[in-house]
Amino acid sequence: MNPASLDGNAAAGDLADVFAFDVTTAIVTCATCHHTQAVATLHAYLQAPGTVLRCSSCDAVQIRLVRAAQRAWLDLRGINMLEVQLPPEG
Amino acid sequence: MRWLVATIAETFVETARTTTLRLDVPSWPGHRAGQHVDVRLTAEDGYQAQRSYSIASRPGADRLELTVVRIDDGEVSPYLTTDAEVGDQFEVRGPIGGWFVWDGDDGTPVLLVGGGSGVVPLVAMMRHHARVDSVAPMRLLYSARSADDVIFRDELPTLAAGAHREVTLTLTRETSPAWSGRRGHVNAELLAELGWPPSVRAHCFVCGPTPFVEAVSGALVDLGHEAARVKTERFGPTGE
Repeated sequence: MNPASLDGNAAAGDLADVFAFDVTTAIVTCATCHHTQAVATLHAYLQAPGTVLRCSSCDAVQIRLVRAAQRAWLDLRGINMLEVQLPPEG
Repeated sequence: MRWLVATIAETFVETARTTTLRLDVPSWPGHRAGQHVDVRLTAEDGYQAQRSYSIASRPGADRLELTVVRIDDGEVSPYLTTDAEVGDQFEVRGPIGGWFVWDGDDGTPVLLVGGGSGVVPLVAMMRHHARVDSVAPMRLLYSARSADDVIFRDELPTLAAGAHREVTLTLTRETSPAWSGRRGHVNAELLAELGWPPSVRAHCFVCGPTPFVEAVSGALVDLGHEAARVKTERFGPTGE
């Protein structure tokens, strides 16, 4: 792991602005290598103007999030599946 | 997620570099042991700096507690550890993160491995364990540089004295012969001796600077622990 990176968990605060659920426990499937892992375990790079989350297996970019005042851009093209746990119905 | 105003109700000096801030946060929604908050400071000219800090207090505690280590060239921690006074206000948002958490709702053994201030969310888990009288056997392995750098020094023996809880300290740079405890870094040998055998499928939580977390989590997996049961939280190379 690049020493400049953190866990995806570190990006949870910004991600919470655009997802209605705790996305850090969601499971992503990498579009490049098909590795599956929790968002919290992606490698997070927070120093850039945006937040970049990379696959811990092949390093491909999974999620990019750019924030501005009252607006956010979310690029999810690096993943081909997002599996989300929902609370029980009823 | 909304930013909430936090007011410093109390400060407690833990070590020469570490301070615990006890905060009043009206409408704080409560948290789970292991979660963190984002802290945002705003200067008079509008400049804002934001950092994440683990929550030290147990779920349900009266006040939200953050235990912060000063990074000398940091933007946020010098204020929080040195300049902040009772009555000062800043913004927090949280709680954040549902991954690196321990709720204490089963009896599975738990191994906590902390390096430096990485012990903070682990102590929140241990405080929660004490509060709910959990029967899950919980072991904390805490690596600090010297005896003077040990955070929660006075509380750790109390936590360790409770049923189903153990605490082991190892010091990496202590030079005093007065220290009779363990010395050296957390390595595979120590984890094999003090951790749980992989067969019990313990929950492992590892928190600290990135190199520490890499070394410990790698060693745990090499020892046979399932990677999915080894949860990590990294501070990055500088800790801020």
